[in-house]
This record gives sequence, C-alpha cells and structure tokens, in this order.
Amino acid sequence: MTVNGAACEVDVPSNTLLVDILRVELGLTGTHVGCDTSQCGACTVHVDGRAVKSCTVLAPQAEGMQVTTIEGIGTTEQLHPMQAAFRECHALQCGFCTPGMIMQAIDLVENNTNLDNRAIREGLEGNICRCTGYHNIVRAIQSVAD
Amino acid sequence: MYQYNYHKPTDLQEAVALFKAADDPMYLSGGMTLIPTMKQRLAAPTDLIDLSQIQEMNGIDSSDGQLQIGAFTRHNQVADAQVVRDTLPVLAYLASQIGDNQVRNRGTIGGSVANSDPAADYPSAVIGLGATVVTSQRRIAGDEFFKDLFETALTPGEIITQIEFPVPTRAAYRKFPNPASRYAVVGVLIADFDGDIRVGVTGAGPCAFRASGIEQVLNSDLTAAALDNIEVPDAGFNSDLHASAEYRAHLVKIMAQRAVQDLLAGA
Amino acid sequence: MAQAETTELENGIGAAVRRREDLRFITGAGRYTDDLTQPGQLYGFFCRSPYARAELVSIDCAEALAVPGVVDVLTGAQMVADGLGDLPCGWLVKSKDGADMLSAPHPPMAAERVNYVGEPYALVVADSILAAKRGAESVVAEFSELNPVIDLATATHSEDIYPGITHNLAYEWALGDEDATRMAFAKAAHVTTLDIVNNRLIPNAMEPRACLGQFDASSGEYTLYTTSQNPHLERLVLSAFVQVAPEHKLRVIAPDVGGGFGSKIFIYAEETAVIWAAGKVKRPIKWVAERGESFLSDAHGRDHVTHAELAMDESGRFTGLKVVTTANLGAYLSTFGSSVPTYLYGTLLAGQYKTPNIYVEVQGVYTNTAPVDAYRGAGRPEATYVVERIVEQAARELGKDPADLRRMNMIQPEDFPYETPVALVYDTGNYEASLDKALELIDYNNFEARQAAAAEQRKRRGIGFACYIEACGLAPSKLATELGAGVGLYESGEVRINPTGSVSVFTGSHSHGQGHETTFAQVVSDKLGIPYEDIEVIHGDTGRMEFGLGTYGSRSLAVGGSALVVAADKIISKGKKIAAHMMQAQPDQVDFQDGQFSLQDSNQSVSIQEVAFASYVPADYPEDLEPGLTEKAFYDPKNFTYPAGTHVAEVEVDIDTGVTTLVKFVAVDDFGHIINPLIVDGQVHGGVAQGAGQAMMEHGIYDEYGQLQTGSLMDYCMPRADDLPDFDVDTTVTPCTHNPLGVKGCGEAGAIGSPAAIMNAVTHALGNKDISMPATPEKVWRAIRGE
Repeated sequence: MTVNGAACEVDVPSNTLLVDILRVELGLTGTHVGCDTSQCGACTVHVDGRAVKSCTVLAPQAEGMQVTTIEGIGTTEQLHPMQAAFRECHALQCGFCTPGMIMQAIDLVENNTNLDNRAIREGLEGNICRCTGYHNIVRAIQSVAD
Repeated sequence: MYQYNYHKPTDLQEAVALFKAADDPMYLSGGMTLIPTMKQRLAAPTDLIDLSQIQEMNGIDSSDGQLQIGAFTRHNQVADAQVVRDTLPVLAYLASQIGDNQVRNRGTIGGSVANSDPAADYPSAVIGLGATVVTSQRRIAGDEFFKDLFETALTPGEIITQIEFPVPTRAAYRKFPNPASRYAVVGVLIADFDGDIRVGVTGAGPCAFRASGIEQVLNSDLTAAALDNIEVPDAGFNSDLHASAEYRAHLVKIMAQRAVQDLLAGA
Repeated sequence: MAQAETTELENGIGAAVRRREDLRFITGAGRYTDDLTQPGQLYGFFCRSPYARAELVSIDCAEALAVPGVVDVLTGAQMVADGLGDLPCGWLVKSKDGADMLSAPHPPMAAERVNYVGEPYALVVADSILAAKRGAESVVAEFSELNPVIDLATATHSEDIYPGITHNLAYEWALGDEDATRMAFAKAAHVTTLDIVNNRLIPNAMEPRACLGQFDASSGEYTLYTTSQNPHLERLVLSAFVQVAPEHKLRVIAPDVGGGFGSKIFIYAEETAVIWAAGKVKRPIKWVAERGESFLSDAHGRDHVTHAELAMDESGRFTGLKVVTTANLGAYLSTFGSSVPTYLYGTLLAGQYKTPNIYVEVQGVYTNTAPVDAYRGAGRPEATYVVERIVEQAARELGKDPADLRRMNMIQPEDFPYETPVALVYDTGNYEASLDKALELIDYNNFEARQAAAAEQRKRRGIGFACYIEACGLAPSKLATELGAGVGLYESGEVRINPTGSVSVFTGSHSHGQGHETTFAQVVSDKLGIPYEDIEVIHGDTGRMEFGLGTYGSRSLAVGGSALVVAADKIISKGKKIAAHMMQAQPDQVDFQDGQFSLQDSNQSVSIQEVAFASYVPADYPEDLEPGLTEKAFYDPKNFTYPAGTHVAEVEVDIDTGVTTLVKFVAVDDFGHIINPLIVDGQVHGGVAQGAGQAMMEHGIYDEYGQLQTGSLMDYCMPRADDLPDFDVDTTVTPCTHNPLGVKGCGEAGAIGSPAAIMNAVTHALGNKDISMPATPEKVWRAIRGE
C-alpha cells in the first residue's frame, strides 16, 4: 500500500488492523485508538481519498490502498488549512481526538458544498470529542468551508 | 481478534468454492459490523472471504423502472450516485442516514442486507420498495428475505450479488436514531406505487417487516392524519435501554406520519 | 489589569494566545502513553471479574503460561505475598458521631474476593497483545458467587458486603446546624420539597487509561509512564502506601494525556500491578485499556439520591435548607471517593444565597459497582443540582419569576467576605451582575414569543436557570487536612532563568488539555517581561520537578499559577540585588518593570537577561549572594476560590417523540481575572457539553446482577456535535482577593451549572412535571403522556 505518498510493504498477520500497521509497524502514532466499537473516530484516516475508521479495516483489505494519515497532510512549517484552522479557533484541548477529527473534517469539506453549522455538526457524527463541546471545532471547519 | 485464513477471490464461483472448502467461513464485505464483532471475539471465523474484488457485485444501473445496485456498493456511493438521486432519491437519502460518514465510506448495501441487523436502515427499503435480492443462486423477493434477528433466507455460502429496487411514484424514509449508536430505533419507509402503498419498518421488531395495518389505512387515505388514531401493536417488538416495545410502537406511527408528510411534500 | 500597558501585551496576561501545544497535536506529533515503546517491551492484559460479588476460590495459570508468547501470569495473591499494600483512600471522613469512616480493604488485584464486574484479579504478560489476551482467556479462575448489592436505594438494608461494615455504610456524615434548621422549618411560611437523582456518569476521556512500567536493574530504578493528572501523587501513593518501590527509586511520568475530567487523578489497580510486574519480569510492560475496560474500571461519577426541603418566609426569602443524600461510593473507596459527596458537596449547599440555616446529611454507601470518585465538578455539580432545582421549583410554587426569586436571596457585593452556614467563607463575587448579563444574552424578555413559535411546531419550549457557585483552587492545606485530607493541597513551581536568558518553568500542575504550556508561559512572560517565545513550561515528570499535587478541582492556575508568580517575585527580588550591584546602587533603589531593572531617578537600567547572565558568570557579583537565577515556590492557598455565574438553558421538546433539543445555552461566569480568554471559553464549552450529556444523554446503568448495561459507546450515549447548539459564553470579573493573580479557575463551571439549568428548562417545558436525568426521549415522552 501507499502511506502518505510513499510505497510501503509490511508483513503482518492477517488479523492485524490498519490502525496497528500505521501505529506499530510504521510508527505513525498520530492516528489514535479511542474505542473498540467503531464509534469514536479517533482513528480516522483517508483511504483512497475518503475518511474511514482505520480500526475497522483489516490489514489484507488495505493491500493496494492509498492511505493518508494526519502526518501526511501538513507539517508544522506548512500546515494544512484545516490544521491551521483548528489551531486558530482553539478547536482542540487534549488533542487525542484531533487527528481523526481533522481527517474527517477534510473529507467533509472536500465532499460537500454550502456547509452550514447544522451540516457540519451532522458531518461529525462519527467523531467524539470530550473536551471542546464541539463549538470551536464547528467554527474551525466553517472557516475552512467558507 | 483470533487468527483466520484470509481470501480475496476475484469471482463469485471462487468465493463460493472457498466458502464450501472452509471449516467455519464468513464472507467479508464492508466489514463495518463483522470487524468490530471479531475484535470483541464474538465472531471467530476460520476463514474470511473478502468480496471486494468480485466484479459482478459492483455497479449501479437503472433500467425498466428498476434500480439495480451491486451488493458491494458502499453507502456513500449510493447516497452520492446521480442515478440513484434521480431515479430513487429515497434510497440516496436513506443511505446518507446510515451510521456516520466514515462508516458510509466502507459499509456496503449487500453486507447490511445480508446481516439483517434489526436496527439497520436498508432492510426497510428492501421491504418497503418490494426489492428483489439477487444472489449467487437465485432471486429472492424482499418480502421473503428477512426471517428473524440476524437471520435471512440466505443459505450457507449464498452471496447477495445485487439488489433490484422497483422505482415507486414517490417515497420517503424517516428514521429515529438511537442517540448513542445512531442505528435506527425505528425506521419507516413508505412508498407509493401508483396509489399502491407499501410500508417497510426496521428497528422495531427482530427484523424488518411490512406494516400491513398502516398500508391499509394509507391505501384509503394517504395523509398523516389518517394515522392519528391507529394502534401499532407492540407484540414481539424489541425492547432495550433506549426504547421499550411500547415506545417503539409509538415511534413507528410517528415516523410513518412524518414519512407520509415528506412523501406528500415531495410529490 | 495593570499589565495591560506593558510592551509584552500580545502574549501576556489577558491575551488570546493561540496554544503552542496545538502544533504537535494537529500534526500527529503528540506523545501519549500508548505512543511510547521501549526495547524489549511486553504487553499486559488483565483478567477481570465477570461477577459483581464472588469468592475467588482458585486461579489456575498453568494453561495460560503454556500459551506461546506468554511470559508470566501474576495474581493478586502474589501481590499480597510480595507485601504490597492496599490502594488507600486519601481523605478520612468522619461520621456525625465522630467515628472514622469504614474503609473496605482495596487490594490492587483481588486475591480472595471480587466486588464489582471488571475488578482485576490477574495480569497476563506476553510478548504481544494478542498472546496476552489469549493467555488471559486461558487463566482458569473458579468463583463462588455471592449476592451482590447493586441498587443504591436499598443498599443500606441489603446484605453486608464487607464484614464489619454494617448496612454497607462507610460513613454517615453531617454538616450544619440541625436544630437551627429544624426551627427555621417550624416557622416557615412555605416549604418546597424535592426528590432527585443525580445519575451515574462514566467519564470517557477520549484517551483510554494506559501505562508503561519499566525497571532498570542496574540502578534499581522504576519508571512509570502513565495517564495521570498528578504524577507526584501517583508516586507518593505507590511508594508510601502500596510500597512498590521507594519514592527516590520511582519516577512517574505523565506525558501527553488525552483528557482526564477527574478520572485520571486516582491511583488505579492497573498501573500498580504493571509497575510491580515490570520489576518482577525485568522487562518493560505496557498496558492500554480497551474502551470496554474503561467503562468497567475507570472511577465513575455522581450517583446520588437526594431528598431536599427549602423553607421560606412570606416574602420568599430562604430561611432554611435541609438535604439528605445517599451517595454511591461503589465497591471501594477510590483515592478521593470519600470527600466528593461530603466536603466537596455539602459545603456548597448555600449556593449564591443568604440561606441562614442549612443542614445536610450524607450516607456514603458501598455497592458492588465500580468505585465512584471525582468527575468534572466533583460534588459541586451535585450540590448545584440540589440548590438550583429546588429554588426553581420554589419559584414555580410561589408563582414568582425564577430570576427574581434568586435575585432577592442572593448574597450582595457588600456582604463579602460572607461566611456560609456550611463552613466556607466566600471572598468576593457579584452574582447579580452575572445574572443580569445572562438574562440579556438569552433575551429573556422575548422568551414567550419563542415559546409560542415553538408551540406552532408541536414543540414545547422551556427555559431554566442555574446560578451556581463552586469552591475551587483546592485547597488551603491546613483546612483540608483538618477536614481529613491525607495530603497538603499547595502547589509547587520553579522558574529557572537560563544563562542565555531563556526560561524553563516547572510546575507541579499537569496539563491534559488545559493549555498550561501556553497560559503559564503567558503568566511568567508578563511577570518577568521576558518574551513568551523564550519561555518553556515543563510538567508531568517527577524526575524533572520536585513535587506537585497535580491538576483537578480547577486548581492549576489559582494554585499552580500562583506558585509561579511567587517564584517569579523571588527572581525579581534576587535580580534587584544583582542589578543594584551592576549599577553600583542599593537593591531598594532598583525598580523592575517590563524586563528591565532600572535605577530610580536615573536613566540607567539592565535587562533581566543581562542580570541572568551575570548571575551565572559571577565575575563581578554581590559577595553575599549565591550565583544562578532560579527560584522555587510552594504556594499554599489561603482560601478556596469561588467562581460563580449564571447559566440559562432553553430546550424544545418534541411533543410526538419526546426528543429534547438544547436550542440555546448562555453561560456567564465570573472566573476572576482571565489569562487567556480563548482557553477559558473552550473550558466552558467543554464543561457545558458534559453537563448537557449528563442532563440529556449519559447514564451508567447496572442491571440487578451488577453487569454494566452501558458498557460501550454503542449504549452509553456521549454527546456528539449534532446534539449540541453553539454556546453563548461571557464573563464578569470580580478578582479573587487572596491569590496574586486574582484568578478563580474555570475548568468545571460548565459541568456544574448546566445540568440544573437544562433540567429546569426541561421540567419547565413539561409543565413542571419532574423527571430524572437524563431526559431521554422515552422518559420525556412518558412524562408528556402524564405517566
């Protein structure tokens, strides 16, 4: 598969999850695991350009996939606009849900037009944040969508 | 998660053959239900047969007043496809209400229907639209497909390849989501086929079913008010932390009324 | 503030500085415990009790040890054999008869009995997590089931869980003047009564608890990376009580921590077992909770049943408040479990009002459920819920406007300092100011028009208030220890000016989302006139800062921040001596402002950076002065701080489905001076969301057998973005009178005021029909139907 633009090959048991390949095999620890029932969204990455929960993808399913993680969208020097907006709007506190939230937010903005407050909130259905009350996350995404 | 043998067949025959050769196999489609279940060690197949590479399970087509959707079509593909939005907008809407965006990017219509989760959305469309479930062996009428909690008419090894939806004059879907899981506590799909009303209900019972009582009322008076005084019997309905059988029965009525309003407003 | 005129304003006190910690979090470079890996690391997985109460008859590990990859299986019995102690409760509460509370022995891993579902009894250590899980499945434990005590309402007349703890009562605590309160009720013109339940909550910080323990055989040192809000306290308990390792041989590091909300204050079984096991197997061991384990084993919050009565005179003035509460402590007394429903609860029952007579009794009860301890607000949301629900109810019964009834009973600015009948002295406040601003923001005058518009949509709109007060900035050590605290509650800080003029700031507070790396740097920058960019804040490592009590109870800025101010003052004081020497003058002739030491009545000055350099290269230096420019402070607060404010909620109830929607929420809070308004707003947003979760969605439910029914995110309803509206937050300011920053703390207010405000709105929408939290659709629907 391709991860953040670089081809990579890993040899793991078939019952390995994509998130574990990313975190353990590739050391991309920005993608987090917050639950075991595919609810929290902390593990959200892009697969072939769309947001998916990497805790619910098996390693062999990932064969040939183009995977992008939080580490692949921007750097401290050159932030992705969504990363910059999250900082500007104080859309994160503990930071644990943030990478998954940003990856989903990017999918939301890229695949929808005319996003309003309600649509943004509904678009975050698959991501749980316990710190921010979502208020500033919605503001950040709105600022990028506009 | 336990160990299993993983297979990625490229055609239907190979998939079925793999299934027959294995001890305790399971088909893997989008995996949105199966993978969490395996993670929690509630399912432990010896063999996992991934259906993602099978050509005949892909694609969306519209012909002869029917919409054919390949079983491996993902929810967001259904929600976003122009042909679905044009010919069967209720199905695009229903698909857009399933789970969350990330789930919709992976989960498939075939996987959802085959699983017969009582709280899944698609079964209401299979029933409410009178769809035909096409499998590796035969064609199964939607009304005959769902048997019980996680039980369908599928025989071991049988694979759903496509679902054919008749296109109604108009239709609407209303869902009352579980506030925690976002599955349907109750979902009601109402379709009008030239004055012939079908009502598919999910979430309320052990599996999706036709609400013939509501159909009868609506066949003579297609208004929300016509349902004001109906009693939806709750016998056999699901009851859990989030909704008692009695409340579910009430929600069937309310969601049906709201679906009728949407249907009339959209007409 | 005075600092407003300084040149460093853009990053100083009061500035909405964008957080510096964000850069690592938004790029995926945060380092949480699970992100760490040590060479040779093993993985731990716990065997947990499937029963709520049972004898642990035997454990057979042979089969587990034979599982490939399994290195060892360690049991509670082995911990006992190794002489490890129990997990202690850090606060000794006394019953009203003077007797000490009765503590159930709390072994880190069960050896003889299990007392709640999820209690660990063995730790399997293996070279992969899969092997560890397989090993855990192969541990054969034989249990003999006992009758569990689950239901709080009947727990005191159920079978005793522990021998010697009759009626399952840990304590029967009381506060206030019972006789005077009884007299007040005898003379009351009107009495309002209320029976309420404060629902059990499960914290669910998004990062599950985790730890990584290692033992260095060459030095004999243990290192524990763990998801802790207070690593020093963790070290203290593990060394002094559990006796895993002596304090000087144990280093506890809490790296980036993904939210706490109280649940990561406590010293848990898992890190205790892991650090001990790491010493036994001589390899690093990592354990990370699965979310399912978090549900079972993180300390839960709230869970009270309360009867309250409010006495009033003819005019509606409150004359007495009587409260009887049964508080669920769970199966064991967690680290601060005893204090939450007593000193953090009963003391707040005066609220913002001049109620002259208050009496509260609390029964602390054991049940076979997960231990209950501090969760965001800890006792104060429960107190606010009692006071603000009953006051709202009283207004409805008297036919008075709820804002007016509150206003006429509020403590007035001229009344401060105000001594309440429940042991606190409020230093300052202006409660009407917050109320007035909140009424304006919610557009109170036009509520009826909004209500009428909603009715046309078959929705019932309700409005509810909560004028809360909290005691934060825990705590004056003398007072706290007199009341039973086992530790002091000061905080430490160190300001170290490096020779090049950059600053390393060390704090005993711990940031797990609060943004200390930014705000504490703002404070030090402001105080010392050193550029914000040159200041680094370091926290969360017992090996780097000498001591600390950690972060909880909205104490970090008020106590930890104050320690830094005191340390900075010491820097200035010493700097004056050095600067005086450099300018050939006396220290009292030197002033300090904006980073410059200047000689009075002259244009001579030296910068703090020059002074720092001189201190480290003391070629020409005051004779009696030590080199170096680093100062420490332990700040012990003189009083609690008392943030207060008004929250107003508006809800709409769908008549047909019972779905309740929070449509408008206003929070006007008085946190004293504010260091960073961006962060303060964010804290309020998050707290309100948690309070809204409690009011409308969240409920930890056990069945009669003690099985947790809400054990995953599929069934425990966490607030999502689409469950909540935008929040309208604002502040008023009366500076705290007794700490150098004039700050009060903002971390918990949102969770304290919002449940009462929302439930007052819900009951208002329901025509004053009372329902218990959470206001779930079916419950509301049944209330609408008159059930």
